[in-house]
Amino acid sequence: MTSALTLNHYLVVSGLLFALGIAGVIIRRNALVIYMALEMNLNAANLALIAFSKFNKIVDGQILVFFVIAIAAAEVAVGLAIIVALYRRKQSVSVDELKSLRL
Amino acid sequence: MNVHDILFWFFSIAMLLCGLLVIANRNPVASALFLVLLFVFMAGLFVLLEAFFIAAIQVLVYAGAVMVLFLFVIMLLDIKASERRKFKVLGVIGGIAVAAAFVWELEMILARPVMPLAAGGDELRGGLEQVVKPLFANYMLPFEVTALLLLVAMVGVVLLSKKEVK
Repeated sequence: MTSALTLNHYLVVSGLLFALGIAGVIIRRNALVIYMALEMNLNAANLALIAFSKFNKIVDGQILVFFVIAIAAAEVAVGLAIIVALYRRKQSVSVDELKSLRL
Repeated sequence: MNVHDILFWFFSIAMLLCGLLVIANRNPVASALFLVLLFVFMAGLFVLLEAFFIAAIQVLVYAGAVMVLFLFVIMLLDIKASERRKFKVLGVIGGIAVAAAFVWELEMILARPVMPLAAGGDELRGGLEQVVKPLFANYMLPFEVTALLLLVAMVGVVLLSKKEVK
């Protein structure tokens, strides 16, 4: 392959996406959008894993990504159920409403 | 600059733009749709890295199942009321500061090139066979535990979704 791309290219893209995800989690007040930003973080980590896997020529990184995707799917289901339960109590998905520990 | 490089820049820039739009959009439905687009561009990057199986899984599971779930919940809840909420100034400053600190840190680390472990050897092509064979050989136990985890998550969701949790 005569491509000029190095591992660093992919790592920088992954890092920038992760930074965007962090910024989203901190800036946004809507629990659903915070959750989407968390998904972006997971995907940034996946990209780094795949890039390392490719440039080190070891397939194990891709298998780890497979597990990350499976667990992210389970996590999304549980997280969204929690958000729906919160909405039933508070009639809002804004995290500003969730200041007390008791419901 | 060959096709591979051009596609890399296109996918990367488009993906980061989508990421920015996900967190900048006021409407959660638009955010979710940009997130779908982000996942598709990410799958494109996976294809460039020759992780074909993971790219397919990414589109099927993330852009398909997960985002359908997201959109379903957004439409289920009445989001209109929370749509015009103002951002907190401190939150915006803090978020940008943390993200900038992370990028700065990344730049410090990547100032010198990261050396791949294996210089020689065969090219890795993450086709179905290459990924799935070790999955059913070396990684059999984690694979089964993942199945159990999905079952536990399903039971948990059913319990959480009941009207009255006793």
